[in-house]
Amino acid sequence: MAVLHSQLSPSSETFRSNAEKMRALVADISEKAAHVQRGGSEEARHRHVTRGKLLPRDRLAQLLDTGSPFLEIGQFAAFDMYGGDIASAGMIAGIGRVEGREVMVVVNDATVKGGTYYPLTVKKHLRAQEIALQNNLPCIYLVDSGGANLPNQDEVFPDRDHFGRIFYNQATMSAAGIPQIACVMGSCTAGGAYVPAMADESIMVRKQATIFLGGPPLVKAATGEEVSAEDLGGADLHTRESGVADHLAVDDEHALAITRRIVKNLNRNKTIGLSLQKPAPPLYAPDEIYGIVPTDMRQPYDVREVIARIVDGSEFDEFKQNYGTTLVTGFAHLYGMPVGIIANNGVLFSESAVKGTHFIELCCQRGIPLVFLQNITGFMVGRKYEAGGIAKDGAKLVMAVATAQVPKVTMIIGGSFGAGNYGMCGRAYSPRFLWMWPNSRISVMGGEQAAMVLALVKREGIERKGGTWSAEEEAAFKQPTLEKYEREGHPLYSSARLWDDGIVDPARSRDVLALSLSAALNAPIPETKFGVFRM
Amino acid sequence: MFSKILIANRGEIACRVIRTARRLGVKTVAVYSDADARALHVQMADEAVHIGPSPVGESYLRGDKIIAAAKETGAEAIHPGYGFLSENPDFVDQVVAADLTFIGPSATSIRAMGLKDAAKRLMEKAGVPVVPGYHGEAQEIVVLASKAREIGYPVLIKARAGGGGKGMRRVDDPDDFAEALSGARREAKTAFGDDRVLVEKYVDKPRHIEVQVFGDNYGNAVHLFERDCSAQRRHQKVIEEAPAPGMTPELRAAMTEAAVTAAKAISYSGAGTIEFIVDASQGLQADRFWFMEMNTRLQVEHPVTEMVTGVDLVEWQLRVASGETLPKTQDEISLNGHAFEARLYAEDATKGFLPATGTLHHLKFPDVPPQDASMRIETGVRAGDSVSPFYDPMIAKLVVHASSRETSLAALRDVLAGTEVAGSTVNTAFLAALASDRDFSAGDVDTGLIGRHQDALTALPLPDSTAVAAAAFAASGLNERQASNDPWSGISGYAHFHGLEREIRLKYGEHEVPARLMTGTDGAAVRLYGEIVKRAAVKDQRVARWPGHVTVFEGAVGHTFSVSDPLGRADEALAGTGSLRAPMPGLVKVVRAAKGENVTKGQPLLILEAMKMEHTIAAPHDGLIADIAAEGEQVSDGTVLVKFVEEA
Repeated sequence: MAVLHSQLSPSSETFRSNAEKMRALVADISEKAAHVQRGGSEEARHRHVTRGKLLPRDRLAQLLDTGSPFLEIGQFAAFDMYGGDIASAGMIAGIGRVEGREVMVVVNDATVKGGTYYPLTVKKHLRAQEIALQNNLPCIYLVDSGGANLPNQDEVFPDRDHFGRIFYNQATMSAAGIPQIACVMGSCTAGGAYVPAMADESIMVRKQATIFLGGPPLVKAATGEEVSAEDLGGADLHTRESGVADHLAVDDEHALAITRRIVKNLNRNKTIGLSLQKPAPPLYAPDEIYGIVPTDMRQPYDVREVIARIVDGSEFDEFKQNYGTTLVTGFAHLYGMPVGIIANNGVLFSESAVKGTHFIELCCQRGIPLVFLQNITGFMVGRKYEAGGIAKDGAKLVMAVATAQVPKVTMIIGGSFGAGNYGMCGRAYSPRFLWMWPNSRISVMGGEQAAMVLALVKREGIERKGGTWSAEEEAAFKQPTLEKYEREGHPLYSSARLWDDGIVDPARSRDVLALSLSAALNAPIPETKFGVFRM
Repeated sequence: MFSKILIANRGEIACRVIRTARRLGVKTVAVYSDADARALHVQMADEAVHIGPSPVGESYLRGDKIIAAAKETGAEAIHPGYGFLSENPDFVDQVVAADLTFIGPSATSIRAMGLKDAAKRLMEKAGVPVVPGYHGEAQEIVVLASKAREIGYPVLIKARAGGGGKGMRRVDDPDDFAEALSGARREAKTAFGDDRVLVEKYVDKPRHIEVQVFGDNYGNAVHLFERDCSAQRRHQKVIEEAPAPGMTPELRAAMTEAAVTAAKAISYSGAGTIEFIVDASQGLQADRFWFMEMNTRLQVEHPVTEMVTGVDLVEWQLRVASGETLPKTQDEISLNGHAFEARLYAEDATKGFLPATGTLHHLKFPDVPPQDASMRIETGVRAGDSVSPFYDPMIAKLVVHASSRETSLAALRDVLAGTEVAGSTVNTAFLAALASDRDFSAGDVDTGLIGRHQDALTALPLPDSTAVAAAAFAASGLNERQASNDPWSGISGYAHFHGLEREIRLKYGEHEVPARLMTGTDGAAVRLYGEIVKRAAVKDQRVARWPGHVTVFEGAVGHTFSVSDPLGRADEALAGTGSLRAPMPGLVKVVRAAKGENVTKGQPLLILEAMKMEHTIAAPHDGLIADIAAEGEQVSDGTVLVKFVEEA
């Protein structure tokens, strides 16, 4: 294989200033991650543990195999939303290993507003289930939630992708042979009661867990019957009398041990239909990625420098190296797994789009997973290019990306603007995972461009009426747009809304991509059938 | 030479005899009890015969069964090892009567030495020095006082029925004799109902030095120098050595001559040991040793003699018993270097050396001998074997040999530090402490040494944070997964930005150890009392995992932690409370317990008649009954029959 030779000089001034800036961005996200990982307020957490319950992250760690990676999704869900600290949308979700098998774990965090479901909590739960479904991962729900967040009922209850979809997904996954396991460790009220009820196997913690359709206050209001929560829907009742739950646990640790035992008995195998190699680290230190990305986003850099710090042995066999050079395509191995890499090295032209399409066809033909390294301002504009049919060539790429059935993993490493987002497998194209670097930006177009377009329209209007518009006035007009795009294009804004699966440390891109791909390989790779390519 | 012998013993000595027999081309037959069905000696022998249940009285002491086994297998001779039937003259008679050879002395020799007083008189007659004393019937104070004067002060007045120090008085001055005598009599009367006493020379700083002798059937007898077994606790030898530290040529000459004289006096054949008490209060002097007793068998500590003389004593036993003459003359036997033997026991030194039992889940000895030394590990167990309550809990004898005492003792310390046992409490740390004791190291030993230093010798150091962290890592199961190329195995602890943390529930004795395991991108670490110990810092720690436990070895000390198993804990907790329900509809026929009664696990509480069958409902655990069904009550499926008072 061809080995990439880095031109980077880690001792150079540029490298140092680039790295300094990237490190600051990483440190900022890392600090915010530490904050959201704490969950609810000090007081809420204290109350939680004094009831003998483990904190959600402790439950998670106790459930997973010791030392298992945890590929968290939606870490920053609801970040800076709902006017408060709804840390991770009151739920931890992600892939980890239990008894040597990758599973999707969804953990309610009762220290955050009682673990109630905000709109983004629902969205996150559904996203976790979507990942489980696409990648054939058993689901484990550690339930401790007061159910729907009542003030937000209109945004969580009725629609297709609202609360009800959770149980629909449980049913369809169970039907597809994807195990559904619920471990009830706290409240599980009303609709939430269906999480354990719909599960293949369920556990309840004595004197902690309750399952009922209507809680004691509702029962009293409805029928006048006075009953304690434990008698109405406690673990003893449900494991001895009602059969709503299958296993009685004495405490969190016991419940988690039973959950692990259940997973052990699932009788599942991960069979990978790829030709695997022995993994080898890249030749270059992954944290040198910090020094690659220029502080000024408009400055170009060779994306091969990034690839050299991600793939096994920094080995990369390029496809059509000299054609459509703004898109880099080629084969490599990631932790021993063969991958096809598609990475931007500038704006997309017709040639680059066609090259990308061809490459995707190759990968689908051969069953090789795709990794998109997205840093795209968009497709080239101008009469020459429109006349050259860039729209139909772009459409070819979008067609190929949309219909490719091999696992796709996207990492946004810079800009994600306009139709470039589509051609490079943005969220709408259902990559199995979508990760963002802290420096990246996502919006329909760049803030500068958007402000310019709006200003042009405005100026035309003013000047048509014979008015004048000073440069200062124009600058003032553009400012709010620039600010809005800067704010809304920020990865935290994106992550908060679950446009992506999370923000990651660029130096750990290799690990994240490898874990994502490997998790994806739990599902067999289907045949691809492309649609009609406009020729 | 015999073609086949039977070994009427078990454990390390049986294995040891088998090894020599095999080297000499002699086939071996092992015998075993129920408990030893899979024991090492059974596996090693060419044949094995089951001789009964586990208790020794029903197996290893059953001479009839052993002789029958020998006849049945065609063995020509029986090696008794030590203990069990090795000094039982009746057994020897039976062996001979069965036309078999007993590998050991004659029944006559055993009998002659078996009665301690008679043996002493015999030795006295043969000119062997015995502890001066008066053991006569006369109890008048004048007689006793004059005998004391003859013996020479200090003297010891002892109850004849004695034991345990009761009725014992040391007297340094003749003026104190009368008072001490009446005190001793009073105590003896109270303790034993017999106020008769004897008077003996008081040995101020006694050392236990014994001489290995060997005789054949042709009147020859030689000695193989001495062993020092002064390091004892309550007459239990702990570390033995050869030669005796500080031994002078004069004393050695006198002692070995006396020993050979003693052996010849009874026409002794085979391996034997003459035990002497030596007064070391003024150094070792040729006139300050006295005969104590003779052991008419191979001693536990025989390997130290083998190490310094190069003689295989078992080989000699077989040769002599098969009718050969002694393989060497006295002149051909020489002393070379210094050897130690430490007895590794399953016992708890911190609890008064309480014998321990258990499964030896982890058992590891050093692979290579320490520098400039040779090493011999005599053991009859393997990892996974059990120390049962039926037999002596000795696990192994660690034997080292080097050119000097210093080098040899250093080697012993090394071997102890490299010995790892987990699954049962063992005395390794105590042995190591003794091997490092200042007086012991200086060769300044006497039988009181261990008693005087006991607190220091049995004190166990607490585990430091590295040891606790090592235990926590081991308990966590980190990196126990099989090697695999899957990134989910290889990228240990990955999480975005911050790793996961969890509690590791460890207990050291009764103390909970609050350890938190942190996994993450920078590698794993353990947090203990605010201190963070990285995994790299404990990578050289020797750790053994065994069911429910982790043992961390630091030198010769093994720190054992128990690891909480949530499933196990929960079974107990679930059993501990709640109610007993009817498994099916039926009639409560008999009620055998009452409300407010404390019941114990397994106790029948009531009988339920259902489907024409009587079902006894027993207490699933100890508990206090809060409520119980009434006799004659018809109950449905799931009805609470017994309710226990829930513990808070």
